[in-house]
Order: sequence, then structure tokens, then C-alpha cells
Amino acid sequence: MSTTTDSKIRIQLEDFSVTDEIESMKKVSRNIGGITTFLGTGRELSKGENITQLNFEHYPKMAEKKLEEIRVQAIKDYGIIDMSIIHRIGPIEIGENIVLIIAVGEHRKETFKACEWAIAELKRVTPIWKRETTSKGEVWVQDTP
Amino acid sequence: MITVKFFASLKAIAEREEDHIEIENSISMDQLSDIISKTSPKMGDIIRDKKVMISVNQEMADSDTIIHDGDEVAFLPPFSGGS
Repeated sequence: MSTTTDSKIRIQLEDFSVTDEIESMKKVSRNIGGITTFLGTGRELSKGENITQLNFEHYPKMAEKKLEEIRVQAIKDYGIIDMSIIHRIGPIEIGENIVLIIAVGEHRKETFKACEWAIAELKRVTPIWKRETTSKGEVWVQDTP
Repeated sequence: MITVKFFASLKAIAEREEDHIEIENSISMDQLSDIISKTSPKMGDIIRDKKVMISVNQEMADSDTIIHDGDEVAFLPPFSGGS
């Protein structure tokens, strides 16, 4: 598990600062004219049940590898300058940060598209799993929209 | 020896997170599911019924993939990362 803040791909237990991460990505190039971010946070309601806690597990090495592949593909396919992806694991309280994707480019259009593609692809191919705790107990989530 | 990993919901079904299995020759996924069935019949059924995704050495694999000595095989339930 990497915790170095200069790495563009990180899976970590600790929270992150959205502002610090954006500032870090702004230093990548002086040609950045648009930045799109996606921030996923812990939601209280899931399928009508009140969630008290979330817990994320990942497959070390493979998950990081998949996120790096998404980053490289996004840069290639959408023509953005760079992308960073941070995903937290372990216990997450309601309202806390879970995942952050930052796409930086010369113009806004490609960064919007790259960011939307990257979160969908992350959900599709990255070995990360979510466990929800409700009043009825704990359940591993098998499908996420 | 091969390493077999179980993640998320599969840990409770297999009743373990990891297995180390000695193999003399390369084996098929069917043969591996037979070995796993001996200690966890339900997990063996899940593998045979192709209800899980499989990776070998951190790359996605399938039921036709041959497993070689030293490989790391992982059984992966549907992903639910993101938010």
C-alpha cells in the first residue's frame, strides 16, 4: 500500500485532502487549463437501509495495477495531460471521502469525459470490495450502479 | 506450490483468506476446484459453476487457464469499489 503523496495512484487507509491533491496535480504542467474531479463519499442510505459504516477491501498489487492502467488509458484515449486516482480502504464513516479522481487537461471537455470514464472503469475492473454495515448486519455489496 | 487467495464474501465461504497448495505438475482450473472442494465443497461448487472471476498472477484469467507451480490464483467476487 502506497502512502506517498506524490504518487498519482494510491490506495490508502488514511483520508486525503482534495485541495492538496488538486494543488499537486496543478504542478504537473503549465498548460493545464481545465481540471475535473470526481469525489465519491460515504452515503447513508442504500436500498432503503441506513448504513452505519462502510468498509473497503482490495487486492493489493492487482488493484494498484488496474488503477495505473486506467490512468494510462485515460491519458491516451482522451488526450488529457494527466490523471490521479486515490481510493481509500478500511473503515469509512458516512460522509467521509472514499475515492478521488482528478483529470487535468488543456481544456475542460476532455477532462470531463476522462473523469466520467475513469470512475466507471474503476468500478468495472478494479478488485476493490465494499462491505456495508446496517442495523440488519454486514453485507458485501455485489452490484453498484 | 501455488498460492490461492479468497476475497470479500468468498473468505467466509472458503473459511480462509489464503491457501498454499503443493502441485507436482501444472493443473487445470477444474483440478484446482477439486482440490479446494476437499476442504470447502461450497467454494468448489462456486468455482465450477463459474460464479466468480479468477485472476492468475494479478491478471484476469478464466476456467481454461492452466495453473503452474509458483502461480498466485485469486477468486474475486463482483467488484464494488468507487462509492
